[in-house]
Amino acid sequence: MCGIVGLYAKKENISANLGLHLSKMLESMSDRGPDSAGLAIFGKPIAKRAKIMVQSQSPEDDFQKLKKFLSTKKEISFSFETHSTHAVIKLDVKQKDKVVNLINDTFPNLRILSVGKKMEIYKEVGRPAEVVKRFEIAKMKGSHGIGHTRMATESAVTTLGAHPFSTGEDQCLVHNGSLSNHNSLRRELMRKEMTFETENDSEVAASFITYGMNSGKTLKEALESALVELDGFYTFVVGTENGFGVLRDPIACKPAVLAETPDYVAFGSEYRALTSLPKIEKAKVWEPEPATVYFWGH
Amino acid sequence: MNILDFNKLSLRDINKVLQESDKNSFFSIRNPKGSHALAVGINKQITVKVIGSVGYYCAGMNKFSDIKVEGSAGPGLGENMMSGNIHVTGDVSQYAGASGHGGSILVEGNASSRCGISMKGLDIIVKGNVGHMSAFMAQKGNLVIFGNAGHALGDSIYEANIYVAGEVASLGADCIEKKMTKKHLSKLENILSNANVSDYNLDTFRRFGSARSLYNFNVDNAKIY
Repeated sequence: MCGIVGLYAKKENISANLGLHLSKMLESMSDRGPDSAGLAIFGKPIAKRAKIMVQSQSPEDDFQKLKKFLSTKKEISFSFETHSTHAVIKLDVKQKDKVVNLINDTFPNLRILSVGKKMEIYKEVGRPAEVVKRFEIAKMKGSHGIGHTRMATESAVTTLGAHPFSTGEDQCLVHNGSLSNHNSLRRELMRKEMTFETENDSEVAASFITYGMNSGKTLKEALESALVELDGFYTFVVGTENGFGVLRDPIACKPAVLAETPDYVAFGSEYRALTSLPKIEKAKVWEPEPATVYFWGH
Repeated sequence: MNILDFNKLSLRDINKVLQESDKNSFFSIRNPKGSHALAVGINKQITVKVIGSVGYYCAGMNKFSDIKVEGSAGPGLGENMMSGNIHVTGDVSQYAGASGHGGSILVEGNASSRCGISMKGLDIIVKGNVGHMSAFMAQKGNLVIFGNAGHALGDSIYEANIYVAGEVASLGADCIEKKMTKKHLSKLENILSNANVSDYNLDTFRRFGSARSLYNFNVDNAKIY
């Protein structure tokens, strides 16, 4: 099972309520995966600023220490927002790599969930309703976002096993399905110096696509090479800084529904996920074709 | 007419009313919002009209009743139906009519993959296209496609008939094009008129079925294993 949702705003009325729409969509998919949930929201970028998303199992203690530590580095100017077990560090884009390294070296308990100019990832163990409430997703705005509710099959129920997986800047992936060749593919990608946080198959897919894009492929090309190299069942929704893409494997037994109106493009594992959207009864609704890449971008 | 509204009643309540209703009752169902397993297991002649789209397994195991969905349907429409008629005005998702024994399904839009998989006697009419692996291992009955068929149509088919007016992306193992005889034209006409479909041109249809080469084990293939 697992449930996926995605929303791409074409108009301001949707982007102003992006978090609210995505929260409702994700909650409607609770039956498809009640063990963990997560979202990636792409907000407005601030010129020359970057965001680092950090996650901790003991946030009160860890985040205070991290904040204090970063404050001692006079050359780093940053802001620090805490959202439950997650924190968003906003800082000069030139300093992001240095700070990522500092955090990785100094705080082994902290996990970096994502780095980018627009993307923020929030994910936790628990039902979608609890997760969206914990992070107050409904208040968030953005140009597009994707979400996932998980029924674990391949690896443990942990925060890091929840989706979305980000393996590149402003890039993330959610997956419904299971891959059969993820172990061999992981080893191959590790030889190409990609790093992994989990034993999860979907992380391998995210890494595969990021590796492709880092090697100069467009998202479309990277997804098309996934059709050749990935063995298993999948419906993927991939978020990038510009929009989102959809790909189903050639057998296409994992469900997918797309809807488009003049105001938005929406993705759901089922039609139920779309029923809370405005004017859905007037939307063009269709099932994406197998082995075909779809993309909507700003 | 009885109105059953999802804004007021649960799925379980609605299905209970339908299953326990008197013969010849008529129901109109409102606001289904993609609900799963709506109008399943009905075994008497009633008429159900659903206004809006439904989710998985609508009208599964149907017997005798007429069910119309004014919208689209998710995966598994009319799974294992025995008799009666299902009519969907929009599209249907995967494996519509899977293993159905009898009755008919009319889809005005497209059907996605595996339409009529393992069908055992029902008639399925799709006014649009069907996806890949449709009529996979179909045993009996008729799949009529006004639009195009996806890859591997009729793979490992037994004695079901497939009629296609559009293009076929590819045929599955042991499925071949067969001669459209007068007998088959009149059968096709019957199927369409039984489903109240009137706008068609019989000459545009081609017929596909089993080459029957997989029916018996061929000893020459033993060395493959």
